[in-house]
Amino acid sequence: MTDHNQTPAEGDAPKRKHGASLLQLTDRTKRRNAAETRFKAYGIAAIGVGLLMLVVLVTTIVGKGLGAFQQTFVTLEVALLEDKLDKNGNRDIEDIKKVTTFGYAPIIRAAMETKVETLGIESALKGKDMADILSKDAAATLREYVIANPDQIGQTVEFAFLAQSRVDGYLKGRVTRESIANDKNISAEQLDFVDQLIEAGTVKKTFNLAFILGADASDARPEAAGMGVSMLGSLFMMLVVLALALPIGVAASIYLEEFAPQNWLTDIIEVNISNLAAVPSIVFGILGLAVFINYMHLPTSAPLVGGLVLTLMTLPTIIISTRASLKAVPPSIRDAALGVGASKMQSVFHHVLPLAAPGILTGTIIGLAQALGETAPLLLIGMVGFIASNAPDSIASGLLSPNSAMPAQIYEWAKRADPAFYERAWGGIIILLIFLVTMNTLAVILRRRFERRW
Amino acid sequence: MPTPWLVLVLIALAVAGFFLGRNRALVSANGNTKDLHSLPSYYGHNVALTALVPALGLLAIWLLVQPLIIESRVSGMIPPDAISEGSTVGLVMSDVRRVAEGLDLAVEKGALTGEQARNLRSEFSDVRGRLGEVGVALGADVRPEVLRAAQAYRTMSGTGHTVMTVLVGLVALFGFGWSYGRTHKDFRARNVVEQGIMAMLILAASLAILTTIGIVLSMLFETRNFFGLHSWTDFFFGSTWAPNFRGDSELSILPLLWGTLYISLIALLVAVPIGLFAAIYLSEYANKATRAFAKPLLEILAGIPTIVYGLFALLTVGPGLVRLFGQGQGGILGLEWMSGATSVLTAGLVMGIMLIPFVSSLSDDIINAVPQAMRDGSLGLGATKSETVRQVVMPAALPGIVGAILLAASRAIGETMIVVMGAGAIAKFSLNPLESMTTITTRIVSQLTGDTDFASPETLVAFALGLTLFVLTLGLNVLALYIVRKYREQYE
Repeated sequence: MTDHNQTPAEGDAPKRKHGASLLQLTDRTKRRNAAETRFKAYGIAAIGVGLLMLVVLVTTIVGKGLGAFQQTFVTLEVALLEDKLDKNGNRDIEDIKKVTTFGYAPIIRAAMETKVETLGIESALKGKDMADILSKDAAATLREYVIANPDQIGQTVEFAFLAQSRVDGYLKGRVTRESIANDKNISAEQLDFVDQLIEAGTVKKTFNLAFILGADASDARPEAAGMGVSMLGSLFMMLVVLALALPIGVAASIYLEEFAPQNWLTDIIEVNISNLAAVPSIVFGILGLAVFINYMHLPTSAPLVGGLVLTLMTLPTIIISTRASLKAVPPSIRDAALGVGASKMQSVFHHVLPLAAPGILTGTIIGLAQALGETAPLLLIGMVGFIASNAPDSIASGLLSPNSAMPAQIYEWAKRADPAFYERAWGGIIILLIFLVTMNTLAVILRRRFERRW
Repeated sequence: MPTPWLVLVLIALAVAGFFLGRNRALVSANGNTKDLHSLPSYYGHNVALTALVPALGLLAIWLLVQPLIIESRVSGMIPPDAISEGSTVGLVMSDVRRVAEGLDLAVEKGALTGEQARNLRSEFSDVRGRLGEVGVALGADVRPEVLRAAQAYRTMSGTGHTVMTVLVGLVALFGFGWSYGRTHKDFRARNVVEQGIMAMLILAASLAILTTIGIVLSMLFETRNFFGLHSWTDFFFGSTWAPNFRGDSELSILPLLWGTLYISLIALLVAVPIGLFAAIYLSEYANKATRAFAKPLLEILAGIPTIVYGLFALLTVGPGLVRLFGQGQGGILGLEWMSGATSVLTAGLVMGIMLIPFVSSLSDDIINAVPQAMRDGSLGLGATKSETVRQVVMPAALPGIVGAILLAASRAIGETMIVVMGAGAIAKFSLNPLESMTTITTRIVSQLTGDTDFASPETLVAFALGLTLFVLTLGLNVLALYIVRKYREQYE
């Protein structure tokens, strides 16, 4: 290894010194190699950052949202006193309905006091303060129960009431004794009381089906809010989108791909479609507000209007993917059909379209998934606000009565500036993402299963 | 007859027409299908389509046009002095519609007879109270002009509806009769049906044009109204955005445009380097397995709905930045630069994350389109891979990448939910990225949600903003597509 001693000259040496080995790296080569390594590292770092963001996003969503699927309940034995709830004693449903939620509050308070006595809990709290650890929804829930089961009046029923959002937050670690210093909704004494009840097993966290199936609730009752009704709103919108965008999109694609002559009109249509695909979604919302609501007087906040707006928005996506799958059907299929005497129209509808169907379906599902997550246009046609309060009872009311949609509901909760609602917003995102992931997986499976390579 | 029923009747007629037409054709050929010009079902389709399609078309057009005509006739009936100070024709008309709907409901529920609803006089009876009984809440007592207009509205809608039902029915029956009469074994049913289907295909394809026309017209129309109420010089060249619902607002687009561009710039500063390097690595360095793993994962970021990013900005990134730069003991760095979670940086960072896959997959396509021969030439001359990328591939792909960046910019400018939740609501010119600023899309949302009064400049300005946004993004897209297309041609 005689070369070993010969160090290259200082500075830049483009020419290799006489006798220097090729195996010996010059400074310049080292620099170039270092630059190469750096460049590659930048690339890896960029991908790393991208993937890291994905991981951060997913962990944030899961970490903050899972709590919404659990809810704190307080189990009490409620004595449904006949002299309070049904004074005439004849179980007439109209009489029972006359008792408002104010009539139920004392019953719940009494149940709480009984519970405390039987458990032997010592607390300086008054009965009202004890009952305040329950949701403001408790009386209404009990009233609904009694109206639905009037025969239970006079009996003692075990009933699981929602705890109020601060108590729920305390069990989930969101609320601590320090954080409630200025909170007038709950006091430290009440938290002590809750601690005692937890020990006795009266206060428990359980799975919260009402979050998935229930309706939105007002600002004061985050513990009672659920996604169910807005999910139905989204469902009806997707039905409208599917019923309109699929046939129109397929028809438009067939024309453009199979029949359209090469002329200026076709050019305009094609340029138009590619531009519409890039128009910001909020512009479609403005269109919906101006045309469907202001001009045609369709009902505000109705899933029908939302569906129409989303249809216009998804059409370009569906047209583009349908055209791609029509193009993928080889010309030989068309030629063969024409050769045995089919008309052009017959060759398309009997042969090309069925072969392109899996691709069209995949594109449609992806378009629907995109529409499902869209929020901005829905804000403009009024699908936000505290409106998702009643489940629609028929298809017509599902389409026409005011409703929200999943992403709009999440936005609504995020706006309410209450940690309890934030938790529900994250939880809502989990539900939304489950739908999107399912739809996209379905699209991938369909593509893998049915796509034909020619 | 209610409209859904009318549609059902039409469909039933079409189904009947299919079987009758098919039968008639078969009978005319004495049951021998070989004597028919077309397949038997074409004769059926011919009758069904001729009965159904023109009638449905008429129905749709009628439903679109009737409200417009009635609206203009009824609003002509309202005397100018009935429109009180601070009110507008639009507001009075919405009262009229509400009263008319209330009367309809009252008749439906049997609280009023049809005769009573037509002749009710607010001078003699308490209309508000009677409508209240059937669950129609009115804000104020019904004035006689409004009630009379509402009654005229009802009468005209009713008459219009009856005329429509009759006409649509006649058109359907005529189509049925005509096509049924023409059905004969020598009739070229297939050609006629195919022409009809072709017409429908063309109609579907032109819906894209209709949508664009709808967007442009609806915004142009309201923008014209806006410029009738507000000076256009203030909108384009003013310096303050201060809407005031009592009037006298200053509505200038410039501060909003500044916020929009600033946030987009930050987003691009995040997305372009990361996206571009990711694309370079994936297309030039990564082996097949890495590519198959990393590319779809990155693209998941593009499939996440923007509301998720908005929430992420509002509840995670914003508070995180406050913890870094915030005031008081909360700030880790001890700087007092940031007072709230919403800021240009919050929205920009999150939007940048959203745009990473957008930039990376577009650039990836473009880099892959650079011919392999150019790389081979460079590598053969002794250049390292990174030198090849920087000095050969990048310059070749540059126009396409510029196009991709322009497309990303257009996405950033039109993005709504992230800025609504992350950017704040204060319109101002400022260079500090830690202050909250507002954007065009945010203002469109805030001016158009809640109760909108289409006669006030504060609402109508949203349409002018929307039109500007539309023109801006359209311009960027057209430019980008032009650049990309021109570049593609070079190597094909």
